[in-house]
Amino acid sequence: MNQVTGLPPVAAILISLFVVAGSSLALLGSLGLVRLKSFYQRLHAPTLGYSYGTLLIVLASMAMFSLLEKRPVVHEIIIGVFMLITTPISLLMLGRAALRRDRDTKLGHDEVVPPRLPHEDPGPIQPRDLSNYGEGLIDRGLLGKAPPHDPDRDQEPRE
Amino acid sequence: MIPMLILEYALSYAQIAMVVAVGLSCWRMIRGPRAQDRVLASETIYVNAMLLFLLIGMGNGNVFFFEAALVIAVLGFITTVCAAKFLMRGEVVE
Repeated sequence: MNQVTGLPPVAAILISLFVVAGSSLALLGSLGLVRLKSFYQRLHAPTLGYSYGTLLIVLASMAMFSLLEKRPVVHEIIIGVFMLITTPISLLMLGRAALRRDRDTKLGHDEVVPPRLPHEDPGPIQPRDLSNYGEGLIDRGLLGKAPPHDPDRDQEPRE
Repeated sequence: MIPMLILEYALSYAQIAMVVAVGLSCWRMIRGPRAQDRVLASETIYVNAMLLFLLIGMGNGNVFFFEAALVIAVLGFITTVCAAKFLMRGEVVE
């Protein structure tokens, strides 16, 4: 590491601050990825590294190479712009996929399977009229009074 | 020469921190209860490896590490999008 000797001292201290802050934020993001409980909490943690970690380290790299080569070196900004564009897309798609998978498997938004609800006592069993079952209506009593059966209408041709 | 020493220590700390971050993400990738956890862990591994390559390039003064970091960023994005599509639909190309 003898190429860093051409830096001004203030710039060296600023660059080291940026580097330490960015890498610490990325490390915190991975720590949150390990420690948080559910997937939707874990989706938030590494974005520290995706946004601030990348921003700070790219800025430090740009400043260091610009000061070393005595000319503006801005090609690291490609990585910053790329991460700025692509990270919301990929995380949005991943979150939507997780929502869909949770909905398909009837899980809540958590890792654990939710406990069964306590079974409510339905009271004494009542007989139900199930003659219209299959037409989308279980309880025929909702229809009100049914018209009396007319045997003559059975003979009429139907359209 | 004290600021140079501080910069060298900072770069060493940052590289070690990124390696530790990759290790933690690998733990989540191995452990992860469901598939989306593993995809998120692989995305985090890609980003942390990209930052690690940038830091190694800063330490070496080498420009080629920047190109490697760019390739890793592109590959990580494509990997995550394809895995998310697969998790959502069951197929990648519809």
